[in-house]
Amino acid sequence: MYIYVLYVCIACYVGLTCQLVFCPPPSCSLSFLLSLLPPLSKLDVWMEPIDLSTPVDIRVPFTSLQTVKAFLETEDIPYSVMIMDLQVMLDEEQDQMLSARAAAPRTTDDYDYSNYHDIADIYSFQDMLVAENPNLVSKIVIGQSYQGRTLNVLKFSTGGTNRPGIWLDTGIHSREWITQASGTWFAKKIVTDYGRDAALTAILDKMDIFLEIVTNPDGYYYTHNSNRMWRKTRKPNPGSSCVGTDPNRNWDAGFGELGSSGSPCSETYRGPEAHSESEVKSIVDFVKSHGNLKAFVSIHSYSQMLLYPYGYTSTPCKDQSELHDLAMKAITDLASMYGTSYRYGSTINTIYQASGTTVDWTYNQGIKYSYTFELRDTGRYGFILPANQILPTAKETWLALMAIMEHTKDNTN
Amino acid sequence: MVWAGHTRRRGRPHQILVWSMGWTLLILLVVLTVVHGNPTVMVRTGSGPTVGFDQHPNSVPLGEDIQTTTEGESEVVEEVMTTGVLNPSHYPARRAATVVQHYLNTRYGSPYRWIFLSTVHSGSAEEVAEMGRKYQLALTMQEMISNVSGQCSAELFFPGGEGQSAPQVQASCEGLHQSNTTAQEEAFYQQHRTSNNLASGNNIPDSYGHVEPSMKPFWHLGGVASSFIMLRESNESTLYNMAQVANFTQLETEKDQLRFNYHVLLHEMISQEIIHWKLLVTWSPEQGVQVLQTELQPKCHHCEAPPNTTN
Repeated sequence: MYIYVLYVCIACYVGLTCQLVFCPPPSCSLSFLLSLLPPLSKLDVWMEPIDLSTPVDIRVPFTSLQTVKAFLETEDIPYSVMIMDLQVMLDEEQDQMLSARAAAPRTTDDYDYSNYHDIADIYSFQDMLVAENPNLVSKIVIGQSYQGRTLNVLKFSTGGTNRPGIWLDTGIHSREWITQASGTWFAKKIVTDYGRDAALTAILDKMDIFLEIVTNPDGYYYTHNSNRMWRKTRKPNPGSSCVGTDPNRNWDAGFGELGSSGSPCSETYRGPEAHSESEVKSIVDFVKSHGNLKAFVSIHSYSQMLLYPYGYTSTPCKDQSELHDLAMKAITDLASMYGTSYRYGSTINTIYQASGTTVDWTYNQGIKYSYTFELRDTGRYGFILPANQILPTAKETWLALMAIMEHTKDNTN
Repeated sequence: MVWAGHTRRRGRPHQILVWSMGWTLLILLVVLTVVHGNPTVMVRTGSGPTVGFDQHPNSVPLGEDIQTTTEGESEVVEEVMTTGVLNPSHYPARRAATVVQHYLNTRYGSPYRWIFLSTVHSGSAEEVAEMGRKYQLALTMQEMISNVSGQCSAELFFPGGEGQSAPQVQASCEGLHQSNTTAQEEAFYQQHRTSNNLASGNNIPDSYGHVEPSMKPFWHLGGVASSFIMLRESNESTLYNMAQVANFTQLETEKDQLRFNYHVLLHEMISQEIIHWKLLVTWSPEQGVQVLQTELQPKCHHCEAPPNTTN
């Protein structure tokens, strides 16, 4: 009998150790095999013979394995095993499917706040939170990122018309993952505490809170899929192979002065002009059109610091004394939880000279309580803070935010 | 040994390109922009006021209100760096203290001993006649694995002028290296000195901050080895931390020293750059950590472009 089938692959399964066997030309013949092995009625062909050059895959039950192998060897038919034990692969796939289902929360009570999440998860979270709290939370799309992702702001409001507002943002620098994770927790904290915590309730009865969790979504996606250490936006720079602008040097406050870079390849590149980045411009437009924000807090990591303006000049800001005292209260409250110690002061004194920063611009717009946080830690883990520090960081930071928000409320008409 | 050299300037270097050419000293290229956005190249020539500034953006024009801070420090400063008593909350003392941290790790660090700055208590700085600046600091340092803290007093000197001199540090600490790491170090050494199973790893910590327990000593060792570079590269305008061990590979033990190739990512806070270095590292309980070779890796622009983008 002329043997013409090129490849034969044999596999077997059903709870026992099996082997998938591969049988190269020109000696293999499926029909020949079958004809010689009538007991192999359980041979399961996965890939039928089509032509001379196409392999044939066959699954062989464990009980037939030795017979088949012996036959192939006797007939000098080369083969090789593709899958040693199909059952193992099926079990693993099952596990993965189960864990994948478990990982997708159906409510914000199921959401795992003690882990880092990708952008899809966080955006789902935002929609769930709104759906679960329609009388308190709404989602405002203030613009689009360079790559077309929506820039989502959660508005927490108990009513009124254009009430004075407090703004919080996290994740403007995408590699600072502890911030987006904390922002998610803050969102849940607000809806949990309204009506239960007197201080937070008093704030929301008078003011609105705006929270942008993923302020740099293109960068955040990039840190998950390409480079964990990416900081800037993802907008290309004409004439350069380097991508991105530092969104915290792109604001129109001391723009272009010492404290930012004019080189697109730099991590502190200020961009071609102030507000060139849509991620920044969208917030600028929102702030201007709202017109009634009283506090603006931009959250970064790492270094454990609470900073107030200015970064672009060493001239003290007009409200320095009040901002300094409030910062002291805020970090004292923060430390009360776990003993985490923060430094505080103006940006230029405490960390470095930086021009075109967010809170310098917001302060110059008249938003007095403008602060920058640098969350945990002080360098041991840096940007890649372990997930088990998310909840402690969020909780202690919340105390500082409450101090700032309460003071704002008490000093706002 | 490949040596990376650079000159230093006051203020903030925003972009540092470093070429290494053996013994030849090299030029630090600092790109500044004036208000119009034209790049200006500045090279520092001495330890005096920086060359080339017509109007320092920090200077306060006459007639403007000058408010003293609650610390009693005048705000009319060309640069925030002060001479005399330093504010422990402000960055000059903090940067100098971090240099002391790097120094202590080069002296005392090991796979089971990794030291970090905890608190700056006090500090002072002074000019040393055309030669550089000297700092004195009182600090608390913490050993991360045993959680032992120690009080340290340190003196450091940042050489001025052109050249690539590393800062010089003297420090004495009480209580820091009293954590007894001998048993762990010896066990680790014995476990890895034979060549059966050469260790290797990558992304330590991983993106989520996780470190496998078996990888922790290699993480600490990477941090300590990085301290040699960070110490050497530090000046008053830098603040270094090791961000991550990109990968490490153990090589054959030689002369009773464990040997490793390390690729580390350093984070420089002022420029916010992630700087890649490759190191050849040896360690034994007796000899401590030594860094035999260092090689700066170029910033990989090609790595940053997504697969289907034309940049």
